[in-house]
Amino acid sequence: MSQSAAPTGASERTLRNAVIRLAGNSQDGIQSIGGILARLAGRTAQDVMTYMTIPSTISGGPSIFQVHLGSGEVLHPGDESDVLVAFYQHSYDSHISALRQGGICFYDSGEVTEVKHERGIVHIGVPFTAATVEATGGSARDRGKNIFVLGMLCAFFQLDREKIAGILARQFGRKDESVLRNAMLAFDAGYAYPVGDHSQFVFEPGEHLDDKRISSDGNTMLAMGLIAAGVRYGSAYPITPWSSIMEILRTELPRYGGIYVQAEDELAAVSMTIGAAYAGHLAVTGSAGPGLSLKMEALSYASMAEIPLLVINVQRGGPSTGMPTSVEQSDLMQAIYGSHGDCPRIVLAPQDVEDCFYIALEAARLAREYSCPVIILSDQALSSRIEAFSEPDLQKHWIEPQLDLSPRAEDFKPYPLDAITRHAPPGAKMAGKYPHVSGLEHDEHGHPSGNARMHQRMTDKRRDKLVALSKSLPLPEIHGDQEGDLLLISWGSNCGQIKEAVNRLRAEGHRVGAAHLRHLHPMPAGLDRLWAKFKKVAVAELNDVGLYGYGQLATLLRAAYAEPKIHSICKTDGLTFRISELVTRSEKLL
Amino acid sequence: MSAPPTAATEEKLTKKALTADHPTWCPGCGDFAVLAAFYKVLEKLQYPHEKIVCVAGIGCSSRFPYFMNTHGIHFIHGRALPLATGVSLSRPDVHVFVFGGDGDGFSIGGNHLNHAARKNIKMTYVIMDNYVYGLTKKQTSPTSPVGFKSKTDPAGSIDRPINPMKQLLASGATFIARTHAAQVKHMVDTFERAILHDGFSVVECLSECVMFYEGSFDDSTPRKGGVFETIDESQHNVQDDIAAYQLADLPSPGKFGVFYQVQRPTKNALEQQWIEKTQATQNGQSGRDLLRRRLEGMR
Ligand SMILES: Cc1ncc(C[n+]2csc(CCOP(=O)(O)OP(=O)(O)O)c2C)c(N)n1
Ligand code: SF4
Ligand SMILES: [Mg+2]
Repeated sequence: MSQSAAPTGASERTLRNAVIRLAGNSQDGIQSIGGILARLAGRTAQDVMTYMTIPSTISGGPSIFQVHLGSGEVLHPGDESDVLVAFYQHSYDSHISALRQGGICFYDSGEVTEVKHERGIVHIGVPFTAATVEATGGSARDRGKNIFVLGMLCAFFQLDREKIAGILARQFGRKDESVLRNAMLAFDAGYAYPVGDHSQFVFEPGEHLDDKRISSDGNTMLAMGLIAAGVRYGSAYPITPWSSIMEILRTELPRYGGIYVQAEDELAAVSMTIGAAYAGHLAVTGSAGPGLSLKMEALSYASMAEIPLLVINVQRGGPSTGMPTSVEQSDLMQAIYGSHGDCPRIVLAPQDVEDCFYIALEAARLAREYSCPVIILSDQALSSRIEAFSEPDLQKHWIEPQLDLSPRAEDFKPYPLDAITRHAPPGAKMAGKYPHVSGLEHDEHGHPSGNARMHQRMTDKRRDKLVALSKSLPLPEIHGDQEGDLLLISWGSNCGQIKEAVNRLRAEGHRVGAAHLRHLHPMPAGLDRLWAKFKKVAVAELNDVGLYGYGQLATLLRAAYAEPKIHSICKTDGLTFRISELVTRSEKLL
Repeated sequence: MSAPPTAATEEKLTKKALTADHPTWCPGCGDFAVLAAFYKVLEKLQYPHEKIVCVAGIGCSSRFPYFMNTHGIHFIHGRALPLATGVSLSRPDVHVFVFGGDGDGFSIGGNHLNHAARKNIKMTYVIMDNYVYGLTKKQTSPTSPVGFKSKTDPAGSIDRPINPMKQLLASGATFIARTHAAQVKHMVDTFERAILHDGFSVVECLSECVMFYEGSFDDSTPRKGGVFETIDESQHNVQDDIAAYQLADLPSPGKFGVFYQVQRPTKNALEQQWIEKTQATQNGQSGRDLLRRRLEGMR
């Protein structure tokens, strides 16, 4: 917990930040109270970032949910926790080492029998289970002990009790009345439970005074962004951690007059989506790494036939089934190059949960403008992480879908050499010949062509439009020093972490900066200007250094700029970067 | 039937209007006759020109869309059906026709056939079955008979071929028929019935590959001494799947005509019903307002 420097005269110590780790089993509902805490943060002008681990077994198992609450900006989910809530002995044993020195450990005294008194940790044993059973009348066994813990934390941190009650009412009120009553009983019991004189922690007022703050996870915001971007059709096949996006689209698109189809496999999914795109709609398919691999042949087709298409890949640990519920960023090369032939396409990566919304809009705009596939590379950490941010303004960010069936003139060409392709979908009357959309190399009219010069000219056409795009992309801003000894570069869910690492390194006196790339293919032209004034560059990414010692983005940057000062900070342990890891590994380069 | 032939089109659909590039098929290829029959059916149905869409995967037969002056898309090997599904579900106003070969439909795309059929997606699918891979120059296909000598089975094919009619019956297709490229009138009639069927209609059309499997269909070609026997629908109830299965069990050359036809709601209609039901509860709110309320729920 970072406390204000001089809480002079105050009997209460005020907090700016606190990291709370809830450790139990996945079926204990720790995700749900973690989610409530995150939502509360959004409603009390605080910032928040969560982190959770999901057991990959169906029956559940040990799992954590970590909530980093802060009055100012929260850039990372927290390395070590300030407060640990341990539901079982195994939770205690696995996570006590991640509790900081002098931290506070709440544990279920009915479950945890052995505690280690070390590092000044304050242990508070509370019989979560027994007290919950007592409070709720014992009928529901220990169900509700998560809510009991929520009440306890609410009292401990003096969180806004009214607002939590409101969130609970919304969450449980839809079920039958007794459910909400039991939840409130458990909550009140937790709130009133005497935990000694530690309950003197109160947050500084939150600094995010915008009254329209929402809290959500990355997958939900991608789905919302797609809807706002005018996407109404598509198809996919379920796979973790992509599935929740297709579940949302399947459920919600009919409200907007659209259809989302569960296909028999990813080959069909991408093909149906290209079908809807050919039919004149903006459509989306999505998957995780293994499914993206299955879509590759069709993605090359979409580059060749110049079909606007959205593809989401929520990356997870690979290869193969790999670590399906862990984070990794090892699909970058697959996204950019993983297909047969020269098949330029656009690849973007959102930098945080809020950006998931805006990147979907941007991807949609680029797909339309450049008439090619656009891949959004999200990752498991972003998919499930909750953050608070300003509600998107739909007055500005809303695209009404349009089907352009206007008649096409006599001289219409599907593949003009001097302009970007704009297809005439079925239903459009043609004054001249009807167009053929083709995966064979073709001439301007879509006629198959084996002409060597035509293949070169069409290859140029498909490439040059993305070269033009690269010139229009803004350079990322540099966080921290604008010149110095080390520039940290990253992509995807690492954005906050590299900034926080730079904050700490600068506090130690180093001259360092951080830059984050959202446009991965094409990259903004002239990226070398970013690092011209830095002695070294380190690319932090969650993938392996491979045979030649560099991660995937680092390899691309080195290839594009022949820049030997680019180094890699890589790892594949299934977890996001800890700030301490980034700091230590940066220091080695300084 | 989804949309009746419209009288209001100013343009009459003639063979001339429907003709595009000259087909690149080998002289004598059965596929020419399929194309000719399709022109005839379209001339008869007079759909608005711009509402006709031809979809295909890869193969000699899958070149079909290039030879039609209609909206057309030539996709990848085996995936024509899912592509057509995307068109059909998102564009209820157009007529979707899919063409392809036995390799495209029964081998690499075999699973899609099962699912397009069970979901009863509104479209018509013509499989030009030549019992061989034509485009790639004579490899064994899933319909090649045992003993067929190909480049991949120089000593004769040893694998049991599939029975397309049985497979389609099992898949849940709602219109299943078999015709022959040497029988133009039968083709035209069969195609027309298939097109007028409201659902997933499949026609297997035996179409000889003169280049790589000459004589494959002589036993069903009267001028080559074979017998072309059609199904007598006064004896065969097309709604009876067991009877259809028995018909499909007849030894080569078997019978031709409609094996099976039933009415079942299409996925197109069921999805549309769901949309209407959902939208009925929304009191005409705009999409933007719906999404705004959804976001407000996250406050
Ligand atoms: C993914 C992929 N695999 C293989 C091929 C090569 N290939 C093209 S057509 C074809 C078979 C064609 O046979 P069929 O579908 O029966 O069509 P026909 O040429 O006989 O009309 C094959 C194997 C391909 N184009 N794409
Ligand atoms: S190879 Fe066979 S199927 Fe292909 S065009 Fe020639 S005759 Fe027809
Ligand atoms: Mg064939």
